[in-house]
Amino acid sequence: MVTKDLPVKKTKKGSPLLDYVMRLLPFFWLLLFFLVPFIIVYKISLSTIALSIPPYEPMLSLKEGIEGVKTFWDGLSWDNYIFLTEDPLYLSAYLSSLKIAFFSTVIALFVAYPIAYGMARSPREWQPTLLMLVILPFWTSFLIRVYAWIGILKSDGVLNQLLLWLGVIDSPLTILNTNTAVYIGIVYSYLPFMILPLYASLEKLDGSLLEAAEDLGCPPWKVFWRVTLPLSMPGVIAGCFLVFIPAVGEFVIPDILGGSETLMIGKTLWVEFFSNRDWPLASAVAVILLLILVIPITLFQRHQAKQEGHD
Amino acid sequence: MAKKPIGPVRRAFAPWDDPAQPAFIEFRNVTKRFGDFVAVDDLSLTIYEREFHALLGGSGCGKTTLMRMLAGFENPTSGQIFLEGQDLAGIPPYRRPVNMMFQSYALFPHMSVEKNIAFGLLQDKMPKADVDKRVKEMLQLVKLEPFAKRKPHQLSGGQKQRVALARSLAKRPKVLLLDEPLGALDKKLREETQLELMTLQEDLRMTFLIVTHDQEEAMTMADRISVMDHGRILQNDTPATIYEMPNSRFVAEFIGDINILEGQISKKEGDQIQLFSSVLGDHLDIVQSIDVNVGDKAALAIRPEKMRISFDKPEGPGINAIPGEVWDIAYMGDVSIYHIKIAEAVTVRSIVANTTRLVERPITWDDKIWLSWNRDAGVILTR
Ligand SMILES: Nc1ncnc2c1ncn2[C@@H]1O[C@H](COP(=O)(O)OP(=O)(O)OP(=O)(O)O)[C@@H](O)[C@H]1O
Ligand SMILES: [Mg+2]
Repeated sequence: MVTKDLPVKKTKKGSPLLDYVMRLLPFFWLLLFFLVPFIIVYKISLSTIALSIPPYEPMLSLKEGIEGVKTFWDGLSWDNYIFLTEDPLYLSAYLSSLKIAFFSTVIALFVAYPIAYGMARSPREWQPTLLMLVILPFWTSFLIRVYAWIGILKSDGVLNQLLLWLGVIDSPLTILNTNTAVYIGIVYSYLPFMILPLYASLEKLDGSLLEAAEDLGCPPWKVFWRVTLPLSMPGVIAGCFLVFIPAVGEFVIPDILGGSETLMIGKTLWVEFFSNRDWPLASAVAVILLLILVIPITLFQRHQAKQEGHD
Repeated sequence: MAKKPIGPVRRAFAPWDDPAQPAFIEFRNVTKRFGDFVAVDDLSLTIYEREFHALLGGSGCGKTTLMRMLAGFENPTSGQIFLEGQDLAGIPPYRRPVNMMFQSYALFPHMSVEKNIAFGLLQDKMPKADVDKRVKEMLQLVKLEPFAKRKPHQLSGGQKQRVALARSLAKRPKVLLLDEPLGALDKKLREETQLELMTLQEDLRMTFLIVTHDQEEAMTMADRISVMDHGRILQNDTPATIYEMPNSRFVAEFIGDINILEGQISKKEGDQIQLFSSVLGDHLDIVQSIDVNVGDKAALAIRPEKMRISFDKPEGPGINAIPGEVWDIAYMGDVSIYHIKIAEAVTVRSIVANTTRLVERPITWDDKIWLSWNRDAGVILTR
């Protein structure tokens, strides 16, 4: 670039200070609501379980001066992380969570895409209503909606009675307290998070692009593959992240709808935290979970940004 | 007005004069309504094979709608459209041998320039090597070779327009619909592209239907022009006929500059007609074979370049001469436009070639002069 060597002129309008503050604001919030809690959790994960309140030690006491910091530092250890690798329960819980989250995301994508597509293609004046209907479930408690699924899925529940009545099945299906029920619960709960970004990207798709593709000899199904789908990719990616990330750490749904076979890291974490009162181990589980999610996502976004740059 | 360079030498091409010539594209009593609004109104139009046909008309008169019906994106509310004798009703856009260049370009934002151009070719399962060759040709044609790998959002408006043009041309369709294909280009590039389009159309024997707001462009490129207003075609003729013999005030005023003198037919003997103008208080002679009756309200329309000005009253048979006063002169370089006041609140324009330099101009402001024209220079308009 030739312009690189030119002196940079400040031609910004408005107060530069305000501008600066506005730009720092998101970092400030991130710091306050993400980094500080994370550091606390990270610290707890390095502590040891203790019969006290809070139930771990060491505690940093500044009263004892530099000596206190030193004892505190010596009290921290990686033991909890080492323990996580030793007990296969944790590894299988992580893997099982990832698996359940992955398939739930795929199912949610396939369910949500036609819905979002239909919404985006419906008459303009209907769209706000349809959007409203998608958001409507949020008006009742998430917990209650998950409980309601027990009524639907249990062996003498609504679903089984309907299927029996229709003659599709002879004896009730066992759905409740299986992984199937967990999939149903997760897909149901997170569907709006998939639909909304998909709708947003499909809605702004220029109709003349579809016409142009057809004009150039593309039958409609091919237009979908070559134009609609690629252009809705940002929505697909956003939707998948929005479903996958919370689904990995999901605790309520496997707890309520899942059975003994259901192994999810969120549930494991809950057990460690509340049943075993092992805060340090629970914290270590949480930190690893965070890394599992953050590292691949960061790499993915790097890759995306690089691709943008290449084109 | 500066005259354009004349395009490649053309064969005598006038299939519309030959009754045996089959129609290539035919709109038969086509009407298109959007709700209550009539966008195309009982329109009939025949276009012949290898014709370069231009649609001219004000904004919103239905040009794009007409094209969209031919491309298959809108169905006529009533009427039929034929291509090579086949009724197009029910044939989806992707099976019509028609390609359209969209007014909004409609470039695929996720594909590079070359992928955009190759898009249609790949649908035809054209071999890869041929596709590459064709894409290269098209890039050359629209002078965008250095931009082949760019995405549409990295292009200027004019560059996008050229990509859209290249993409629609790439498949060499039987019929190419161009909706304002050159509007965003600068004058020089536009004139070059016009010439290349004409050559290409000639070489590839395609039929072009083009929408343009630039009447000079229509005049230079088209074999015939249809002037549209409110969903109807007012006149469909060769550029020369449209210019010299407009059939209505709208057409006369839409294409080029024209003087219109209102009056009443006062005499008619065969093609010898007299029009009485009350503002001038004079009878004007016209030679034209036209179906009018004495007493009809009518107007005489004369192009400014057909009006002469002189100090002495020109005499002779077949010349109309009226006195006037030079009101204003607009110097345009190659010509000057004289605004001549011929009556209270009535001025007409006369175009005079600047054969001498400005300082030596003999006729100037406020001069009393005579304005004259031949009897066969103007046309009578009754609509
Ligand atoms: N889908 C539609 N629904 C309602 N009205 C429409 C629709 N498409 C076009 N129209 C109307 O039909 C008329 C003709 O539109 P069209 O696009 O054919 O005009 P045009 O001649 O191409 O104008 P321009 O030169 O501005 O491009 C306009 O008044 C427009 O508002
Ligand atoms: Mg238009």
